[in-house]
Amino acid sequence: MSGLDSSGWSMAQVILLPVLLPLAAAGLMVGLGVQRRRAHAALGLLSCTAMVVAAVTLLLWVDGQHAPRAFGVYLPGNWPVPFGIVLAVDRLAALMLLLSAVTGLCSLLFSLSRWHRAGTHFHPLLQLQLMGLNGAFLTADLFNLFVFFEVLLAASYGLLLHGGGGNRVRAGLHYIAINLFASLLFLVGVSLLYGVTGTLNMADMAAKLAAVPDSDRGLLHAGAALLAVAFLAKAAIWPMNFWLPPAYAAASTPVAALFAVMTKVGVYAVLRLWTLCFPATAGDSALFGSEALVWGGLVTLGFGTIGMLASHSFARVVSFSIIASSGTLVAATGFDDPALTAGALFYLASATLAGAAMFLLVELLDRARRLEADPPSMPVVDGRLPGFAEPDAEPVPADANLDDLAVPLIGRAIPAAVTFLGLAFLVGTLVLAGLPPLSGFVAKLAMLSAVLAMPAQIGTASAGVVLFALQILSGLFAVIALSRVGLRVFWSPEQRGAPELRVAESLPVAALLGLCVVLVIGGESGLRYMRATAASLHDPQGYIGAVMAARPVPTPTERGTLPRFGGSR
Amino acid sequence: MEVVISLAIGVLTAAGVWLVLRPRTFQVLMGLSMLSYAVNLFIFSVGSLAIDREPIVKAGLQPNLVDYTDPLPQSLVLTAIVIGFATTALFLVVLLALRGLTGSDHVDGQEERP
Repeated sequence: MSGLDSSGWSMAQVILLPVLLPLAAAGLMVGLGVQRRRAHAALGLLSCTAMVVAAVTLLLWVDGQHAPRAFGVYLPGNWPVPFGIVLAVDRLAALMLLLSAVTGLCSLLFSLSRWHRAGTHFHPLLQLQLMGLNGAFLTADLFNLFVFFEVLLAASYGLLLHGGGGNRVRAGLHYIAINLFASLLFLVGVSLLYGVTGTLNMADMAAKLAAVPDSDRGLLHAGAALLAVAFLAKAAIWPMNFWLPPAYAAASTPVAALFAVMTKVGVYAVLRLWTLCFPATAGDSALFGSEALVWGGLVTLGFGTIGMLASHSFARVVSFSIIASSGTLVAATGFDDPALTAGALFYLASATLAGAAMFLLVELLDRARRLEADPPSMPVVDGRLPGFAEPDAEPVPADANLDDLAVPLIGRAIPAAVTFLGLAFLVGTLVLAGLPPLSGFVAKLAMLSAVLAMPAQIGTASAGVVLFALQILSGLFAVIALSRVGLRVFWSPEQRGAPELRVAESLPVAALLGLCVVLVIGGESGLRYMRATAASLHDPQGYIGAVMAARPVPTPTERGTLPRFGGSR
Repeated sequence: MEVVISLAIGVLTAAGVWLVLRPRTFQVLMGLSMLSYAVNLFIFSVGSLAIDREPIVKAGLQPNLVDYTDPLPQSLVLTAIVIGFATTALFLVVLLALRGLTGSDHVDGQEERP
């Protein structure tokens, strides 16, 4: 690894950091043993902060480069390109890295007030989950994508069960079964694509697709379709999303917030592969499956919207909003229109941040409703399987008659905690529903104007109309569903004493929603970044060229005898 | 040989799918294992089936796929097997936890109403 002498010397290390940091942190934590919670928390915070810094560095670096150089490529094994493992960062990957790092940091911070004590190994699992996410965003190789998917899924199984209880275990069982099945489909798809093209490197595969003989094209499409099923199941596209609301609603609060990023991995994989392998210029395979993506996404958007309206619990409303945002993103991918993709990417950022914040709010609002002055501490269940832990029943003393403490509401100052919760809920609602003046509105406006400006082609015209209508309807329904929740929480007559908020709990919510506000304040530069991302996505030659041009670094023994970059093995 | 392999994959897949659709957790687990065996065989077969060919470079043979069997699917299968084992074991633990918590081995944690 040492001795990189090209201009990307320092960036090469930074590309590795998002994968290596959480891995090292998780390894250290496991080595420390389960009793050292403070050390775990400190290590986790350190690693997450460093990940945010690394992601920002990569983002700034990638954004500072001009079009042909906006890629960072690193060969971890120092093997020539189509054969070895390749990590590549471009604008899209940097954006996703930043989103996962920020969400990871915020959910870690939130968990520190009590959730990390609800079971064992919370911190290492969180780190491994982040490692899987970051690896999936960085890899330029289909089989490594599978491996990183498995890493993040295996960690997510553990995290979903964190806290224990029958409800969680039941939802977890369904979740694991679905994901194992999807992983098998993933493998079949990858191996079919390997059988047809003879390569696993995504850039190499995209370059070779044009040369695939007609007799094999059916197999190629079958492989791609199977792969898409696996990705779309993870992105919660209808009809493969029935597992999501129960699982996300059952997960402990910080885990659910982190899972808001996880559905985006499926979306990311579809976006990456489809823009890379099946652009409009791909000859016989041009825009393969885009109709399915568009209509699948639209149905999902409709399903999520109706689901939001039909749910009563806040957690389920937010879960369905995650489904709706996945649907929007997948549909936008299918249209293959750079302007629409740019809007969708902006939407992705704002929906992920707001979704995570809302998941965090679920618990805080629940606490406000349960008239609890003091948050109950979780039972500590070291050394037992999470599944066998006590369900997290929170005992309410039988003689707690809080009505006695009630003071007349007239003339009473609103407690700061209620103000904060109300404000945070309002901001989250505005972002999720896409109402002005927040980032959801900017994203929706960008998408809607892109739909209007789209050249009217046969086939996409009706889909465009449907997308336009659904965007507006889903915003309206989101407002209805969320304001119903808000009415119940904030204006219900039994609401008495103010909930106690801790800094560790309110800070992440404020940070996530604050980033949504930053997105709208820096809206123009944000949109410019997204447009550049979309432009490079829709011109896959840049990515293919950057990855294929990477050369292994000569080893010290070769350097004396071989010319620079001449190290063929 | 192709026929034998395809039959094996087909039978394993069919049995696996049937078992996955059963309402008992253990049957689901067995179904997923069978499916993963089928997938592993499938991965193995995409690198073209060959008898008695070298997977690693040997002196005196031209290094092309006429003389060698494709080593890449084999390494993929190896990785897939390892990951499959790990996730199946994890599934088994969750299955046992659900059994312990609910006293039922139905996938929903409660027996169907007669």
